[in-house]
Amino acid sequence: MGSQKGFLSAIHSSYYNFIDKLGKYVPYILLAPTLVYMILFIGYPLVQGVKLAFFDEQGRFTTANLDYLLNSELSYFWDALKYTLILTGIIVPTQLLIALLLAFFFTSFRFKGRGVAIYVAVLPLTISDVAAGLIWYTMLTGNGFLNKLLINLGIISEPIQFFGWEYRNMEILAIVLAELWRSTAIVFVILFAGLQMVSQEYIEAAEVFGASTLQRLRHIVFPLILPSIQAALLIRTLFALQIFGVVWVLAGRDVPVLAGEAYYEQVSLHHSGVAALYALIIASISAILGAIYIKFFKAKYLEQ
Amino acid sequence: MAGVMGNPLKYSFRGIFIAAIASLVMAWILVPIIVSILYAFAAPSDYYDVKKIIPLKYTLEHVNDLLVLGARDAMLNSVIVALLTIAISFAIGLPAGYAFAKYVFPGKDSLKLLMIGLRMFPIIVIAVPLVTLYIRMGLYDTPLGVALAHTAMALPFVVIITSSIFAGVPDELEEAAMIFGLSRMGAFLRVTLPLALPGLAAAAIFTFIMSWNDVFIASLLTTLNRTLPAFILVSAMAAPDFIKFAAAFLMVIPAMIFVFVARRYLIAMWGITLR
Repeated sequence: MGSQKGFLSAIHSSYYNFIDKLGKYVPYILLAPTLVYMILFIGYPLVQGVKLAFFDEQGRFTTANLDYLLNSELSYFWDALKYTLILTGIIVPTQLLIALLLAFFFTSFRFKGRGVAIYVAVLPLTISDVAAGLIWYTMLTGNGFLNKLLINLGIISEPIQFFGWEYRNMEILAIVLAELWRSTAIVFVILFAGLQMVSQEYIEAAEVFGASTLQRLRHIVFPLILPSIQAALLIRTLFALQIFGVVWVLAGRDVPVLAGEAYYEQVSLHHSGVAALYALIIASISAILGAIYIKFFKAKYLEQ
Repeated sequence: MAGVMGNPLKYSFRGIFIAAIASLVMAWILVPIIVSILYAFAAPSDYYDVKKIIPLKYTLEHVNDLLVLGARDAMLNSVIVALLTIAISFAIGLPAGYAFAKYVFPGKDSLKLLMIGLRMFPIIVIAVPLVTLYIRMGLYDTPLGVALAHTAMALPFVVIITSSIFAGVPDELEEAAMIFGLSRMGAFLRVTLPLALPGLAAAAIFTFIMSWNDVFIASLLTTLNRTLPAFILVSAMAAPDFIKFAAAFLMVIPAMIFVFVARRYLIAMWGITLR
């Protein structure tokens, strides 16, 4: 019995010695296609983007696109920057709060139908921004569900107008509602997963030592899910900076945003250089945020 | 646990609280979806009647009109683009996911971090430069061109998800298969791959939805052969309300079907990719 085991492990180890010699390069060979693809489809377009934005057709350096973007009356850059930041500033903190409360709710209480409720809460994960915009248009338009409901309840006598240039603030409200509805699910999933990884033993230990519910939340649970909160914040902030489809469907250029202006300059005005510049601006803001994030939280990711 | 039985008043308050929050969450998510589906099929007379909050007469006209106007071709393009994206991103990303899961090698941590970083790269940035490149290469306005750009978007996710799926298959099984004479490739094909298949199917659905939902890249890279979101973005803005409702319906339904099919993996999948 013993000799047979020795024989097997001898084969085993000699096989592995062979694989080891050849195998040193195997992971790199497996990874090569992905790396080459990312260089071709992200690295190369980035270089091309800089070329489009800052060089003319003869390859000479030019600030014409930058001048247009910053100073032209046709350019909505400053408004686009303003509204992108306003929307991000409203949507991301609000949905973080909602998602945090929901995640606590679903981890604290076990009840009949909890699984179904969680399933429903994450449904919007698969719904695109364009579809979410159209769905909320159905809810809020003059003959839409909300107006008819409020009129029949006697709360209002005339429909509330959400759409059109003169109701720009209401358009912003509609965008915020649609984005909260659609993208809070992503934050919820991240926080919910984070909360489930918090060991019950820590909480029980704190209970034994007489910590109140609030103290347990503040000193045990919150520090443990802080990485999840940070991850959710970063992901949602980066995506919010790219907000486009939902704005375009609900408000068009009434509420200009950075990605929307990139689309408009490219598709309607054929200003590729300006569009590329918008893209680079979005990329730069994202890169700065991402760099800060990786610098501070690198270790946490690699533990997994 | 002890408090539940001890204090009936507290118990009933707790029950009401739970029921209220749970119903609020369900209503907040479900009412807009249900309303937009009902309105997509509402007869115009009922839609314009203020008294009819929920329409009672229904018609297939609006969805039919939209399909004839071009949504049928756009949906077909969307499906082709999404399937191509799955095929290309899995062919390229699966080996990388396997390498991360089963090998230890110098530079692994940095490369993994690169993947995690790329996952957050604002992919809309590459769309503008790709237009010029695609026109030169004959890829502009083709499903393959859009799929190649979508692959750049999906690849980091595919690598991260498949690596976590392969890591879930015990190394011992593969080693046992190799002791019994299979090559590493054979062990992968005969042991690891079949065990990973349900997870990979869910990952494919995830990729499908990513591609299906993209509007920015597809809008820039196509003019005639539009995908569904790109087609809707251009045509729905100027269209009457019914067409908008029908558009929402067509966009949401496939995603919902896939969610239903893959619901067991849904939260785990998004949890892995977004942590």
